[in-house]
Amino acid sequence: MSTYPWAAGYIDDGDRPKIVTSRFSLDDGYTLERYHATGGYDGLKAALRRTPGEVHEEVKTATVLGRGGAGFPAGTKWGLMPPGKFPRYLVVNGDESEPGTYKDRLLMERDPHQLIEGCLIAAYAAGLSQVFLYIRGEMPLAHERVGTALNEAYAAGYVGKNILGTNFSVDIVLHWGAGAYVVGEETALIESLEGKRGEPRLKPPYFPAAIGLYGQPTIVNNVETLSNLPWIAVNGAAAYTAIGTATSPGTRMVAVSGHVNRPGVYEIVNGTTTFRDLFYGDEFCQGIRNGNELKAFVPGGGSAPWFTPDQLDLPFEGRLVGAAGSMLGSGAIMVMDHTTDIPKAALTLTHFYAAESCGQCTPGREGGTWLERVLQRVVDGRGSKADLDQLLEIGESICPGNFPHAASSKLGIEATPFPYKMTTICFVGPSAYAPVHSALTLFREEFEAKIVERKHIPVSVGAPDDHH
Amino acid sequence: MSRLNEANTILAKEIIGRYPKARSATIPLLHLSQQQNGYVTNEAIAHVAELVGATSAEVMGTATFYEMFKFQPVGKYLVNICGTMSCQLLGADELMHHAEQTLGVKAGGTTADGMFTLEHAECQAACTEAPNLQVNYRHCHRMTNESFDQLIDDLRAGRLDGDIPPHGTLARVRQTIPAEKAAGVASPDAPVTPAWMPEATS
Ligand SMILES: Cc1cc2nc3c(=O)[nH]c(=O)nc-3n(C[C@H](O)[C@H](O)[C@H](O)COP(=O)(O)O)c2cc1C
Ligand code: SF4
Ligand code: FES
Repeated sequence: MSTYPWAAGYIDDGDRPKIVTSRFSLDDGYTLERYHATGGYDGLKAALRRTPGEVHEEVKTATVLGRGGAGFPAGTKWGLMPPGKFPRYLVVNGDESEPGTYKDRLLMERDPHQLIEGCLIAAYAAGLSQVFLYIRGEMPLAHERVGTALNEAYAAGYVGKNILGTNFSVDIVLHWGAGAYVVGEETALIESLEGKRGEPRLKPPYFPAAIGLYGQPTIVNNVETLSNLPWIAVNGAAAYTAIGTATSPGTRMVAVSGHVNRPGVYEIVNGTTTFRDLFYGDEFCQGIRNGNELKAFVPGGGSAPWFTPDQLDLPFEGRLVGAAGSMLGSGAIMVMDHTTDIPKAALTLTHFYAAESCGQCTPGREGGTWLERVLQRVVDGRGSKADLDQLLEIGESICPGNFPHAASSKLGIEATPFPYKMTTICFVGPSAYAPVHSALTLFREEFEAKIVERKHIPVSVGAPDDHH
Repeated sequence: MSRLNEANTILAKEIIGRYPKARSATIPLLHLSQQQNGYVTNEAIAHVAELVGATSAEVMGTATFYEMFKFQPVGKYLVNICGTMSCQLLGADELMHHAEQTLGVKAGGTTADGMFTLEHAECQAACTEAPNLQVNYRHCHRMTNESFDQLIDDLRAGRLDGDIPPHGTLARVRQTIPAEKAAGVASPDAPVTPAWMPEATS
């Protein structure tokens, strides 16, 4: 037993380009000393030699897709703020709680200066006057590492007033969360940072870039997204887009968990690495455990519709995965082998979203609760055929119309692409439905097998004493 | 004494000073009070409310939204067993069952000696290392029945005191912003164009 094992889960094997994990294999990569010795803060220096507009343009050209879930390009997002409206804020999303997701914690623990440098480059380029680094409460080591790094960076003149002798001044404030999944949603994150309950705001009108923290223009970016910026500031957008594909440049951190031989966190080349590479490749997960068969996998965090071996050859590319009926989300891949009890796996995820719902909107609150209740009944062997239809009906009330799902050669069905319609304020409600819908669509027979048809108890039509 | 003590009140004011609006410091201050007392008391709620300029009801409303705040004493060690998908696929249920047996309490309960509170928890951002648990939010990976028993023994014997502080203490390192280095808060009520932004690109 060891607490705080060193970079647990991160696997650096094979010969791949590294952008954000280059210091993970050093046991002191989180110190300012080591950061300096490995090119640290060169990106900030390079950025400060150029105008904010030039740096912004570079990030736009690099097309850094957001790594928090939605995949929106960072440079484009920064451009959505109303011109001339100040102050503007940067809120760093370090709340990482999506089931299966494990990367931002490593980035904060292993290379906090890289994240701080990324925040500074973003603040300089987009004219952001104060930065709030919101770290999930249940990550004390990340707090300690980022806190220490900030103290070092202030002392060295990288953060605060007149950074490196220029007129660029910005504070980075470390902020603590306190345990609420929904706060990872950007508008809930802002509510929480205002000292309130973390309930998502309605979009529109509350797009953070327009109306964010204290009603001001606010950029919310994920930890991994920002951690890419120092490398881009040093090496340029062209070097970044030379890795990966035109629509998915650079690298991505993915966490592959579940029934594989070597689960781990890997930095992969974006857009080209396939799920087959990841699950079976020697430099990655090295196959399904015990030589078992792959049954299904969740490609992008607990909210993502499921894939089966039919989708193994899809590359890690947002548009292709979207067209195939799911999403890449937060780079969290959960693998199920043929021994997996599918209805139970779906219940685990549905329970998560139902339990984490903020309760603010009716379809979110009631929908999640009912999905869980009915599914629990089915898993416990107390369900009926009507329950299976009811699950789909409840889903319909959360997400009217066709819900995305994967194609299946076994069932002879085509894919329904992303996205879906929804009646809820945020995506937590639909997320409670996604696993149910996937599991029921792709593995209905497993649900039916759990249903014990009750014998009809004959009901007498006559008087009680007719019954002999 | 369950309002913030003198030292923590000074710290609280320093934390408040980093935000454009005092109320933003609510969660950090609640953590501070939980660190002081092991849980959040009604007096601490009232004190935090005074400090951030909100009502006690508002602070209570915020506090109850978040899982980490406890309103009654819990064990010295909060043992959170992850039950989400990746851990579930690799034996979280069995681990919870074993933990309940070993500690002699059900999930949600505290041992009679006040050492351990056992809880069922959700994804701990360590999914590749399943099954996971946290003790006072410190990660323990790839748990087995044996490593669980060892962990409990070590905690009881004080062998992990250096690694795992009592419940309530999160980070043992705090951010400090030296006054002479601070850029200062950016108040929403002071619409100033940042000094480094040329008009043309802002
Ligand atoms: C329910 C929910 C939870 C989310 N949790 C996180 C999270 O923990 N971390 C994160 O970076 N983004 C999370 N997101 C996405 C954020 O809303 C937001 O899109 C993201 O932080 C923007 O950063 P990016 O553009 O750099 O990806 C979540 C979204 C939803 C709907
Ligand atoms: S869907 Fe759920 S979490 Fe989202 S706003 Fe509605 S009730 Fe809250
Ligand atoms: S599912 Fe247990 S740590 Fe993520």
